[in-house]
Amino acid sequence: MRLTQGTFSFLPDLTDAQVRAQVEYCLARGWAVSLEYTDDPHPRNTYWEMYGQPMFDLKDAAGVMAELAACRKAFPNHYAKLNAFDSTHGWESLRLSFIVNRPKDEPGFELRREEGAGRQQRYTTRSYATARPEGARYD
Amino acid sequence: MNDALAIDLAALSAEAGLPALLDELERDLVGLSPVKARIREIAALLVVDRARRTLGLASAAPSLHMSFTGNPGTGKTTVAMRMAAILHRLGYCRKGHLVAVTRDDLVGQFIGHTAPKTKEVLKKAMGGVLFIDEAYYLYRPENERDYGLEAIEILLQVMENQRDDLVVIVAGYKDRMDTFFQANPGLSSRIAHHIDFPDYEPGELLEIAGKMLSGLDYRLSPDAHAALVEYIDRRRRMPHFANARSIRNALDRARLRQANRLFAARSGPVSPEALMTIEAADLRASRVFAQPGGTP
Repeated sequence: MRLTQGTFSFLPDLTDAQVRAQVEYCLARGWAVSLEYTDDPHPRNTYWEMYGQPMFDLKDAAGVMAELAACRKAFPNHYAKLNAFDSTHGWESLRLSFIVNRPKDEPGFELRREEGAGRQQRYTTRSYATARPEGARYD
Repeated sequence: MNDALAIDLAALSAEAGLPALLDELERDLVGLSPVKARIREIAALLVVDRARRTLGLASAAPSLHMSFTGNPGTGKTTVAMRMAAILHRLGYCRKGHLVAVTRDDLVGQFIGHTAPKTKEVLKKAMGGVLFIDEAYYLYRPENERDYGLEAIEILLQVMENQRDDLVVIVAGYKDRMDTFFQANPGLSSRIAHHIDFPDYEPGELLEIAGKMLSGLDYRLSPDAHAALVEYIDRRRRMPHFANARSIRNALDRARLRQANRLFAARSGPVSPEALMTIEAADLRASRVFAQPGGTP
C-alpha cells in the first residue's frame, strides 16, 4: 500500500526536477527547508528523525538536493520527507511538507478491532512493518 | 565549415549584455589590468560557448574557481564582491550572491564539528560565489591535529563534483598563498584561474582617491590635490603601505580634520562649498608629512 502524506499526497511521487522546483519556490519565499526520515510511518507519528539541521539562509536549491541525495543514500529504505518552515510572525509553522523517499516494499497498515464492554468496538491501526525492530523494518 | 551557418559573435555578445558589463568594469575599477583581462576572457568563452551550442558542438561549463593573490589593499575583496555579480550576469552563476568566510566559519573546535560546519557554509554558497579570505589560515602545518585539513578536503570534493553549483574564490597575500598551495597541491590544481593583483601606481592611487571622494560628495581644493600627490608619494615609501586601503584611511582622517576645522572656526553659516571641500591643511596635518623627506 502506497503511503500518502502531506502536501502532494494525491499526486504521484515528484521527480527530482519537480522537487528542485518546489525547493526553489520555498527558498524564494524565505522558508527554511529541512529533511526528516523515519521507518515508523504511522499517521500519528509526527516526530520523524531530522536528517541534518534545517537549512537556513540558502539561496539555491542545489544545497538541498545534495543533502537529499545524501539522505537517500544513507537511508534508502526509509521514508523521507521534505519540510519547509515559515518563520514569519503569525505563521511560525510548516508551510509545505511532502514525501521524497519511500521503501521499495510498503506492506501497509492493519486495522485491528477490539471488543470492549457491552457491544463497544475499539479500532486501531498498526503498520505491518513496525513489528520488527527499528532500523530493520523495510530491509 | 559552411558559411551559411556562420554566427555573428558581436550580436551574441550584445545580446548577453557583455559590452555594457565590460565598460562598467573599466569605469569602476582603476588599474587591475590582469583581472580585467581574465574577466574579458571568461566573457569571451561564454559567447563562443553559446555560438558553439547553437551549432550543436560540445560545450561544457568551464571551471571558474579562482585564487586572488596580492598585497594588502589591492582590491581582492572588492573584485570578489563584483565577481559574483559578473558571473551571474554572464550566466555562470544561478543566483549571484557572495558568501564571504574565513577560517572561523569553516573549521570547528572539536572532532566532528568541522564537516557539518563546512557543509553548511557550502550549501549557503551554492548558486553563488564562496569567497574564502586569507585562505592560508585553513592549513596550520605546526599543529598536525588541526581540523583545517578536513575542511580543505570537503571543499575539494565540492569544488570538483559540483562545479556548476558553486564558484570558490580563495584570496590572500601572495607569499603566504604560495606556501599554502605548495602544501595543498590538490587545491592549487583545481583552481583554474590564478590571478595576481599588482600594486597600484601613484597615478592610479590618485584616481582611486578621486573616486572615493566623489562617491562621498567631497572634493579637493587645488592645493589639497597637490598635497595628496605628495602624500601618496611619501606614504608609498613608508612601511605597512596598504595601497588603496591606506588611501581610504588617509581620506577618512582628512575628513575628520576637515570637520574639526569647520567646527572650531564656527563663526556664522557654513557654505555647501566649505562642507564639500578638503583643504591642503587637512592632509598636511598627517604624520606622513612629519617625517623628513618621507623616508622612514
